[in-house]
Formats: sequence, C-alpha cells, structure tokens
Amino acid sequence: MSILINKETKVICQGFTGKQGTFHAKHALAYGTQLVGGVTPGRGGEEHLGLPVFNTVIDAVAATEATASVIYVPPFFAADAILEALAAGIKLIVCITEGIPVLQMLKVKAAMASTDALLIGPNCPGIITPDACKIGIMPGSIHQAGSIGIVSRSGTLTYEAVHQTTLAGLGQSTCVGIGGDPIHGMTFIDVISRFQADDATQGIIMVGEIGGSEEEEAAEYIKAHVTKPVVAYITGLTVPAGKRMGHAGAIVTGGKGTAIGKVSALEAAGVTVVNSPSLMGEAMKNALLTV
Amino acid sequence: MNIHEFQAKQLFKDYKIPVPHSLVVDSAERAAEATSELAGDSWVIKAQVHAGGRGKVGGVKFAKTPEEASSCAKQMLGKSLVTKQTGSAGLPINSVLIEQTYPIKREFYLSLLVDRHSERLCFISSIAGGMDIEAVAAETPEKITTLFLDPAAGLQGHHCRQVAFSLNLQGDQIKSLSKLMQGMVQLFLDKDASQIEINPLVETEMGDLFALDAKINFDDNAIALHKDIVELRDLRQEDEKENIAKQFDLNYITLEGNIGCMVNGAGLAMATMDLVKLKGGIPANFLDVGGGTTIEKVTEAFKLIVSDKNVKAVLVNIFGGIVQCDVIAQGIIGALEQVKTDLPVIVRLEGAHAEEGRALLHNVAPNIIPAEDLDHAAETAVKLAGVGA
Repeated sequence: MSILINKETKVICQGFTGKQGTFHAKHALAYGTQLVGGVTPGRGGEEHLGLPVFNTVIDAVAATEATASVIYVPPFFAADAILEALAAGIKLIVCITEGIPVLQMLKVKAAMASTDALLIGPNCPGIITPDACKIGIMPGSIHQAGSIGIVSRSGTLTYEAVHQTTLAGLGQSTCVGIGGDPIHGMTFIDVISRFQADDATQGIIMVGEIGGSEEEEAAEYIKAHVTKPVVAYITGLTVPAGKRMGHAGAIVTGGKGTAIGKVSALEAAGVTVVNSPSLMGEAMKNALLTV
Repeated sequence: MNIHEFQAKQLFKDYKIPVPHSLVVDSAERAAEATSELAGDSWVIKAQVHAGGRGKVGGVKFAKTPEEASSCAKQMLGKSLVTKQTGSAGLPINSVLIEQTYPIKREFYLSLLVDRHSERLCFISSIAGGMDIEAVAAETPEKITTLFLDPAAGLQGHHCRQVAFSLNLQGDQIKSLSKLMQGMVQLFLDKDASQIEINPLVETEMGDLFALDAKINFDDNAIALHKDIVELRDLRQEDEKENIAKQFDLNYITLEGNIGCMVNGAGLAMATMDLVKLKGGIPANFLDVGGGTTIEKVTEAFKLIVSDKNVKAVLVNIFGGIVQCDVIAQGIIGALEQVKTDLPVIVRLEGAHAEEGRALLHNVAPNIIPAEDLDHAAETAVKLAGVGA
C-alpha cells in the first residue's frame, strides 16, 4: 500500500500545454502515472500528448473522473487554479508553482478549511508512490518501491533521502514534498499520521528546516501517536536570523523557528536526528534494526 | 522588500495613519531649511537606512536650532551606519529625515503581520513601546496583546477596542486608534505587505496618537503586482552581489565566511552551509542555482562566487535529477574555462548519471577535485580553504 496516491489514481494537469506542464506530464506518463487529461483555458477540445485538453477543471473531472490535479501555472494565477480544482471537487491538489503571494494563499487556505480536499505545496516537488504514480517534478529514476515514508519541506533534500534509502535497500512507500512556503497545504503531522496508519510504511524520514513551528508540533504528535521509527534532518543551523534563504518559509523571526529548537523538540520526542544530510539512509537502517 | 522610514510614512499618510510633520533631505543646507519649513522649536534628525537599531549608534539625533540640525545631518550624510541589524560594513546614509518633535506622554508598540500558524493577519500590540518587542515578549508577555483577524470578517470594532483598552486609551483616542488600525489593514492588503510595524506609536501630552517610527516589509512574491512599491526600491541599501544574482535568476545571499557554495535547491544549499560549519569552516554565501541548471547559470554563479575576495575554496554540490550530472559536469567545465580561477573547486555530484559526471571532471584541471560523497566534499573544502588562508 501507500498513502494518498496509488496505481489507480487518476490525475489531470492544470497548465497542461505550457512548457513546464508539458515537460513534466511527459515524464509522468513515462513513469506510468494515470494522467488522463489536462486543462488550459481556451484550448478545450484539443489533444496534447495524446490526451484530451479541457477549458475548465469541472469539464475535465466530468469527462475523466480524475480525483487528483497537479498545477504548473505561473505564480499570479496559481491561487485561482487551486481554487478552481477545489470548486470542481478534486480531492488531492498538488501545486508545484513557486512564488504565490502570501495573501492569496491565505484566501486559498480559508476556502479549503470547510472542505475535505487536500493540498500539497505550493513550492514543492510533489508526491510519488514508486512504481505506481508520480505527481510532480521529482526524478522518477532514483526511487524504488519499499518501506520508508519520506516527508520534506525541501525538494533536493527529499531526493537525497530517496537516494540513500534506495541505496540502503529500503526503498520508499510514498514521498511527499510539502513545500517551502510559509502558508501551505498538508503539514508534517498530516503526512506522518498517514504513514503511521499505512501498513507498507515501516519507517519515516522527515526533512525540516528553519522557520515556523511545524517541526515542533510534529514532535509533539510523534511522541503521542507514532510507534514507527522516525529519522529527522533539520537544515538552517547556520542561517543568520531575519535572512530568507531561498524558501520563503525558511526564515527565523523573533527568535522563533530556529534549527536548534526544532532539533531538541524532535530529540525529546524520541526521533533520531542526524546532523548531516548524508546520514539519513544509514540512520533509518539502524533505527529499523533496533525496532 | 524593505523601504525607508520616510517612504513608509508617506504610505501611512496615504492611508490616514497619523505621522509627525517631516521632510526628507540629502544635504546639510537643506536640513537647516527644513527646520524653518516645519513648525516647532526642536527637531529630530534620523538617518535613512534599511535597518533598525539606529538610535543606539548615532543614527537618531536631536536639534534645537537650524544650525544644530545642519550639523547633525552633516555628521550622518555620506557615512555608513553600522547597527546590530546590518553587516559589519553597515549601510550608506544617503538621506536624513527631519521631523518635528512633540511632547510625548507614553510609547506603545503596534504591528500587523501574517501569522503562519493560524494562517491569519495578526495584530500585536504592547503598552511597552519603543523597545525591542522580542525582549518584551520574553520578559513581560503579559504586556503584549495578540489578536487574529478572520479572513472573511476582517477587522472589527471589537478588535480595535481590545487594543485601545489594553493601552489604557480613552474617549476620542479609541476612535483615532480604530482609524489607524483600519488604515494599517487596508495598506497591508492593498500593497501585499508582509509586516507593518509602528514602534513606537506615541501618545502626546495633548492626547494625540502618532506613528513616530514606521517600518513596512513587502511580500517578495507579490512585489511585481505593485509598480508603485517597486519604484521605492533603494538598491544602495541592498547587497550588490545579491542584486546581480537576481538578474540571472539565481538565489544568492552574501555571508561572511571563506568557502563559496554552489548548490541546486534551497534546502540542499542550506544543508551544505550547515555541513561546512559542522566540519569547522564558514560558508561565504548561500547560492541556489535552481532546478533547471544551465551552463549559463553555472557560469554566472561561478563569477559571483569568485568575485568575493574572501573565498578560498568553492564547494559545488549538485543532486542531479531531471537535469543529469554529466550535463552539469560539462557546465562546470565550460564555466571554469570562462571564469579563470586557481581556487580549489570541490565538486560533489550525486543522482542521475553521477558516475558519468564524475568521470568527465577527472583530470580536467588540477584545481577541480571530484569528491566521493558530501561529507568528504565538505571536509576537503574546509581543509583547502584553510591552506589557502
């Protein structure tokens, strides 16, 4: 099994005929994802990559019964795209776009609060269940079906964790990039709780970074509810306060959200915290041996 | 993006947030003239730099005559101001704000920001103004009032009354504060601010409320939507290399160490900096070349890194995904042909086609050192930077 997506998941792509949408849709199809169509307003009725193009998400859902959507539209149109997917009844919305204004994301989150739809991202690599379904920009080739659930705020650090668990022979159940923006969809807890409930997941790797308090909240949750081994890596130890490092959410303000605070909260919750990104796979292997 | 105090106060005026009478000048002569154009018998002269903590380091001075105002301005203009919020080089003072003074009865704190936990706009106020709000929060949290705005209902009268009563305001002052808070919310929403801070908000002996200082930050993601705000940008207050990097779509931040870092991905770039520190070195920069790395980007990234004279070694850390490592290795070789440098360049390639990439880098040049893994790469960079120092 896996969490959130599997072989049966039908996916559409918003921003389908654009450069990014086209490029990553090709890779998703090659990976075996059930991509069933796409949306580009004004191009409804056309065919692209052998799949139907629709004007609206509602049309696409009616014709394809898709339950998931991946969004590759430019930042100033992306909030609208998320809300369109929400209005069309999409249950899993994966927004790759980086650079959405924060105030627009506040509106998106307020609109989502009264629904059961899930948002992954924005500013994230997406989600993958190896050998079943790839929704996003991650390189499929480094993944291997297996037993480790990975959740991360960073794209390339997710790939590091994936690569290491593949080399360690553990593989991955599902990998979720929750994104580097301060206002975003699924949190560490949302993903970790699903990994805890998933039979295929035997261990969990979480990759956090400075800013916000989600790692600290996850630590509380893990302490109370998670019985599977958890390995964590936290970046941003050397970042000066007040400096934004690439990710809009990676910033320490008012002495809150420091790497040290997160590391000690996780350690107090019994999580194995590694101090180098190259130790995640090995630490997971050792943690599984001692279970 | 940051703007100057005088620019923030102009925006405050536009949104009916009361500010003292003031004029911004860029010469000592104009400073003296400004005092006669402003009413009153004493003035404050404030250095206009993109940093707080000015008062403690001579960036805020008081004058009782036009001559004093002129001499204060002269002492500041053309100098660099080093505060606890600037780097050791400080920031240039290109203009000063001359402001009328008022007899002040009390000082408060008021700010509006996005609270990422509740995902709402949030007002923070305190009866202890004019000081470091983080210290107030740590030492006397009971003096701070925090309230959250519902995204649909927005700012309501009860919010304003709650702040007003917590500050012991009375009568018409409550109405004034309500208007001021409405102005802050409107300004925040209209211009995609990320923070508006008034510290201090003062109550004069006459009972009037004024924003004595003004700080506004804007959401970088939204800045392109606001041409009027973009025009307020003062490049002299920003890091030159960081601005060059932006032109090439590179994410670069200057730091104060001697190991240049070039990495793909923001998270991996931070992790690389952390690892350098863990191995006993100090990173010279944060640099994310992004996912779709091209030869051009790699070349510009190298130029930026080696333009920093403190750099003694360069650490390249790339996890090849969609862009494969052999392509990146060619990019690095091409870039180094253009950017002639003798600095040791330690390259760690991992991911798609990593072995092909490493093979390409083998024996290309004596200063290109392919690393076996990330730990080894960081160790080597720290060691070689030490040798060069």
